[in-house]
Amino acid sequence: MADSSINEVALIFGMFLATFSTRYLLFAVAGRVHFPTWLSNALSFVPPAVLTAIIVPAVLMPQGEVWFSWQNPWLLAALASVVIALVLKDLLKTIVGGMLVFMLLKFGLGLG
Amino acid sequence: MSVENTMSSAGSVTEPLTKNHEFLAGAKATIPLIVGAIPFGIIFGTLAEPSGLSAVGALAMSLFVFAGSAQFIALGLLAGGAALPVIIATTFIVNLRHMLYAANLVPKVRHLPQHWRALMAFGLTDETFAAVSNRYLLQDDVRNAHWFYLGSFCAMYGNWVLCTALGVGLGELFPDMTQWGLDFAMSVTFIGMVVPYLKNKPMWAAVIVAGAMAVATATMPHKLGLIVSAVCGIAVGLSLLMLDKGKPEQISKQNAEQPNEAQSAVQQSVTSQTKTEEGK
Repeated sequence: MADSSINEVALIFGMFLATFSTRYLLFAVAGRVHFPTWLSNALSFVPPAVLTAIIVPAVLMPQGEVWFSWQNPWLLAALASVVIALVLKDLLKTIVGGMLVFMLLKFGLGLG
Repeated sequence: MSVENTMSSAGSVTEPLTKNHEFLAGAKATIPLIVGAIPFGIIFGTLAEPSGLSAVGALAMSLFVFAGSAQFIALGLLAGGAALPVIIATTFIVNLRHMLYAANLVPKVRHLPQHWRALMAFGLTDETFAAVSNRYLLQDDVRNAHWFYLGSFCAMYGNWVLCTALGVGLGELFPDMTQWGLDFAMSVTFIGMVVPYLKNKPMWAAVIVAGAMAVATATMPHKLGLIVSAVCGIAVGLSLLMLDKGKPEQISKQNAEQPNEAQSAVQQSVTSQTKTEEGK
């Protein structure tokens, strides 16, 4: 369970600094510093790139090894979620729909 | 800012909306977005202890960090045995998007004292940015708009901390909740957040490269592969975007006069979310 090797106070303080600095920096210097265009272009790729780098291993290698198969409920439900998101364009419906597909595959059909 | 102020006071002699009114309107405008945040707060709380974060740690993280997706990612990294500097660096990268939001809001906070700006920065979440952007679109009068912001922030913050506590409690009541497939809840949430970005080739390329690299680098120590993959994806996406539009210098010249396309795309995806929620 609890991993004593991580100091939670340091973890939370570090995460606070990392988060607050990204939110406050431009407010603090408001208007006195020009925000370069290439940087804001680059920033627009950050959320999708980071999130995808988390999603793909989570669903393609749910148990540590690459599992590219129609028997992999994580992978199937993830593909279904992408389709739902593209069609319905609604975050909540995507989450509910994707979870239902996953539950059906894992507990209904007993995959995984 | 001063221009807008003089314009609105010259155009009409109306009093600014009262602080109370703005505060309540801000909280109210955020309610649809809060509904969406409730499950994440609860799931975060339930996943904390199985991932290696204590109940107190989970609550403290929601109180002091207050960044939903970064908190989720931190749990995933903790469970995978990542080192502390890696978790903090990843948090920083994930939250870089807030700089985009802040860049958008700078003209609206420039006139405020530093302690107000710091407070507003702490509460700058995706949801509050969406709600506040709508407010600025609909109304020019910014004299008490920071109270609207504060209302939105307080509603989000209260809800996030409350839902975390609820999740921690549920996790202790039902220790086998982790077997219910909640780990997939995180993946599907992120999928729902990524898909609205996929509107052009550079974005598709960034996502495909990041995903492929994440699998290729999955065995890197301390979960460093996540940062490597994200940076590769961002680099490829940015390169394609610049090739698409010609030389980078031209892009910056164009955008000096026009609103930044990438920036407005982010704002659009966030505000369209608000609109669909409001439409219900």
